[in-house]
Amino acid sequence: MKFAVIVFPGSNCDADCYHVVKEVIKKDVDYVWHQEKDFQAEYDCLILPGGFSYGDYLRTGSIARFSPIMNKVIEFAEAGGLVLGICNGFQILTEAGLLPGALVRNKELKFVCKDTFLRVENDQTPFTSDYTKGQVIKIPVAHGEGAYVCDENTLKKLKENNQIVFRYSTSLGEVTASSNFNGSTDNIAGIVNEKGNVLGMMPHPERCAEAVLGNDFGKYIFTSIVKWLEGGAPGGK
Amino acid sequence: MENNTNNKPWVELGLTDHEYQLIKEILGREPNQVELGMFSVMWSEHCSYKNSRPVLKNFPTEGPQVLQGPGENAGVVDIGDGLGIAFKVESHNHPSAIEPYQGAATGVGGIIRDVFTMGARPIALLNSLRFGSLTSARSRYLFSGVVAGIAGYGNCIGIPTVGGEVYFHPSYEGNPLVNAMCVGLLEHKDLAKGVASGVGNPVMVVGAKTGRDGIHGASFASEELNEASEEKRPAVQVGDPFMEKLLMEACLELIKTGYVVGMQDMGAAGLTSSACEMASRGNSGIEIDVALVPRREEGMTPYEIMLSESQERMLVVPQKGKEEEVKAIFKKWGLDAVVVGKVTDDGILRIREGEKIVAEIPAKGLTDMCPVYEREAKMPALLAEVQNCKLNDLPEPANYQKTFLDLISRPTIASKEWVYEQYDYMVGINTVIRPGADAAVVRIKGTKKGVALTIDCNSRYVYLNPYIGGKIAVSEAARNLVCTGAKPLGVTDCINFGNPEKPEIFWQFKEAVRGMSEACKELNTPVTGGNVSFYNETKGEAVFPTPTVGMVGLIEDIDKVCTLGFKDEGDLIILLGENKDELGGSEFLAMYHGLEAGMPPTIDLEKEKALQDCTLELIKNNLIKSAHDCSEGGLSIALAECCMASGLGAQVTLENDLRPSALLFGETQSRIVISVTTENLKKLKEITNKYAVPMSKLGIVQGKSLVINGKGFSIDLPLKEIEARYKGAIPCLMRD
Repeated sequence: MKFAVIVFPGSNCDADCYHVVKEVIKKDVDYVWHQEKDFQAEYDCLILPGGFSYGDYLRTGSIARFSPIMNKVIEFAEAGGLVLGICNGFQILTEAGLLPGALVRNKELKFVCKDTFLRVENDQTPFTSDYTKGQVIKIPVAHGEGAYVCDENTLKKLKENNQIVFRYSTSLGEVTASSNFNGSTDNIAGIVNEKGNVLGMMPHPERCAEAVLGNDFGKYIFTSIVKWLEGGAPGGK
Repeated sequence: MENNTNNKPWVELGLTDHEYQLIKEILGREPNQVELGMFSVMWSEHCSYKNSRPVLKNFPTEGPQVLQGPGENAGVVDIGDGLGIAFKVESHNHPSAIEPYQGAATGVGGIIRDVFTMGARPIALLNSLRFGSLTSARSRYLFSGVVAGIAGYGNCIGIPTVGGEVYFHPSYEGNPLVNAMCVGLLEHKDLAKGVASGVGNPVMVVGAKTGRDGIHGASFASEELNEASEEKRPAVQVGDPFMEKLLMEACLELIKTGYVVGMQDMGAAGLTSSACEMASRGNSGIEIDVALVPRREEGMTPYEIMLSESQERMLVVPQKGKEEEVKAIFKKWGLDAVVVGKVTDDGILRIREGEKIVAEIPAKGLTDMCPVYEREAKMPALLAEVQNCKLNDLPEPANYQKTFLDLISRPTIASKEWVYEQYDYMVGINTVIRPGADAAVVRIKGTKKGVALTIDCNSRYVYLNPYIGGKIAVSEAARNLVCTGAKPLGVTDCINFGNPEKPEIFWQFKEAVRGMSEACKELNTPVTGGNVSFYNETKGEAVFPTPTVGMVGLIEDIDKVCTLGFKDEGDLIILLGENKDELGGSEFLAMYHGLEAGMPPTIDLEKEKALQDCTLELIKNNLIKSAHDCSEGGLSIALAECCMASGLGAQVTLENDLRPSALLFGETQSRIVISVTTENLKKLKEITNKYAVPMSKLGIVQGKSLVINGKGFSIDLPLKEIEARYKGAIPCLMRD
């Protein structure tokens, strides 16, 4: 089993994702530089990390989407490979058309770094089998442009297909307006594509995968992936 | 400009007649325009420390833990395992007063470069900020702009901003202070220096292209602010954190190759300072052809190229023959790396434009030969009167509970969540203690260790008595580190004062450094570097003297890290240290009585050291569950902070004959609030006895309210109500 962390110029959570895969869940992982035209190894899961690819110039994720490696990322995703986009990675995935909708500026127009509570809405994805539906998890956010938006039709489809994976909630799991700190449509914090093999989320699971950093709720995204790849999870092969 | 400077171009550039004479002596002729410009920036206070050097040499700078003391781009202390911590603080006050976002952002960018230049990967940022009252629209504008600028730069480059402090006081209304500190981790073998040596080695400019921005920024930083300062907006640089991220990765990759002889940031005074300082340290010369420097704009003159303060550039001296390898690394990151000259052996900084020599100056002429001034020092005439203000007969507050709530809502004391939520304080996944605590703690991956970081200064104490205030600034920084279980290792200081040519200001400076030096010696925290920012004045009024102390400490076992919040109901709350009747310089006195007077709290460095050693031993032996320094707002505020950090209340009885205002709100030093289980009380007493540290029982952890009873007073408030005031104060003011 092998992971890859895609590195764009301006990625800054690449080393954090690498650390969690290698040191916390103890799996093989490579960095893949954005200018590569092809993968040098067989990968089972690609991670698009957080950061400010191309300095967020023009629009978040909009330039990274044209990096040479993205052709391979799209190919990999279309073939059913697991792709996890975190924060800026989520933004890139929407720009690349692998996920619907877009991320726009937070409603207060400020960068926000803090712990948030998420309600797990779908535990049947390759990324969430180690959670249970309705579970409340604490995962930090750090973004200025993390308000998820989409048109009504898309929202309807997301709901029908059970593509909404995480919603911002209170610590008790109530999905309220006050817990929707960034103004996302329907409190959306993370979604999967129709096939369920591409997850984009604004919160940073890699930042809370070790108890020394406060909690390890985030680790279970990674352990879920491992379980799915090993064939032991619901919906798994 | 006035007519009389027409014949004396050096005066307009901030040089005196005497200095101009010296320049002529050094050159043996009249300087040309380029040379004069180079002298003017290098001999500015910002670059030369000409007014401060004789005083700064009193700082203790040595210790077994010091790997690199003052004089380099950053200081370095040893943390064992072949690892070191590089750290430095720098001011960006004047640029931030004129253009808060870019001023603060480039302050952060500059200090990051100082740290990675040493071969260290930056792992944390801190900042110390001072503004006028938030009731003023201009202060709110500066405050929000500065915070956004720090966030914009630090978040993008991906270095967590883990801690800091913000004070609000009218003395900073026209001249805010923005001090940025960066902390990096290096392997001893990678320690790099800003030295140019090895005749024939190439000199390369790497990173961003050179433009016309920031020309004379260093000189601008070395004069008082006035109405004309607005016109100097072009002297404020513009930052590009994305470019710096690429530059940082490329430089760190380059250092790992071992090809680097020396490297230096092009910060203040740009190419001029980096070239002459590197040559001067290496006892060599440097020859540069400005025609080869990559430029952003057409038609730039040698003068502009030499004085540009365009950001995100470095000067690198690699080994001869490795030029192509250097270029390949920078190309990967999409950056320029161009050979612009070479190291020579004649000690001369020689600037060409093609074949033509445009400047020729002994490198040391620009650095070591800058005149040094022993300024006159005189205690301010009115200070004795202020110090002698009678505080014993002041009326007591009518309602202690109300006063407590008012105090916890003071912007200087209130929660700074509004600030630090805008900073990414977690990127890098090392942040074990987040902002809002006594000190931040970041773990060192691959070891059991962590480093604790803080930046501190109560400038009101320094104003009232710079000698005592200086001692307290250092002591409190160390105490903050100790509360997390860290042993303090070293200091970086940022001296922010008024115009040193005024004897009263110079006296403040000398006295503050004297106090700081004594504390650094006693607490074994040598100064490894820092920055001096004078001329923090508007319309002739100086800011409160503010010698900010940045400090780094080592935690041997990250699993034993201690935090401020109470942990379990039923635990005993204990005070280490003594309560005294000391209201001088307190926030309470300023708020309730409108007085900034009296003497600051006393401090006995031997007792302080004993308290700190005692606390460290208690934490090391797992005997205490929490520790929190008692500072602004006094014991009542410290207790409230311990409660709010965990959501657990406290039942406290203060049995003491002191007047209630002093007991609740006085800011007596050398006090730490701890919590402990009843079973561990006996062992705790053994250790406090060993160190002769006074201890007294305050109460127990219980419920969801903070209750403080004593002779003649009673506070009983639900934590929710306290927290609403504590967290709501700054957002409320910023909504105006």
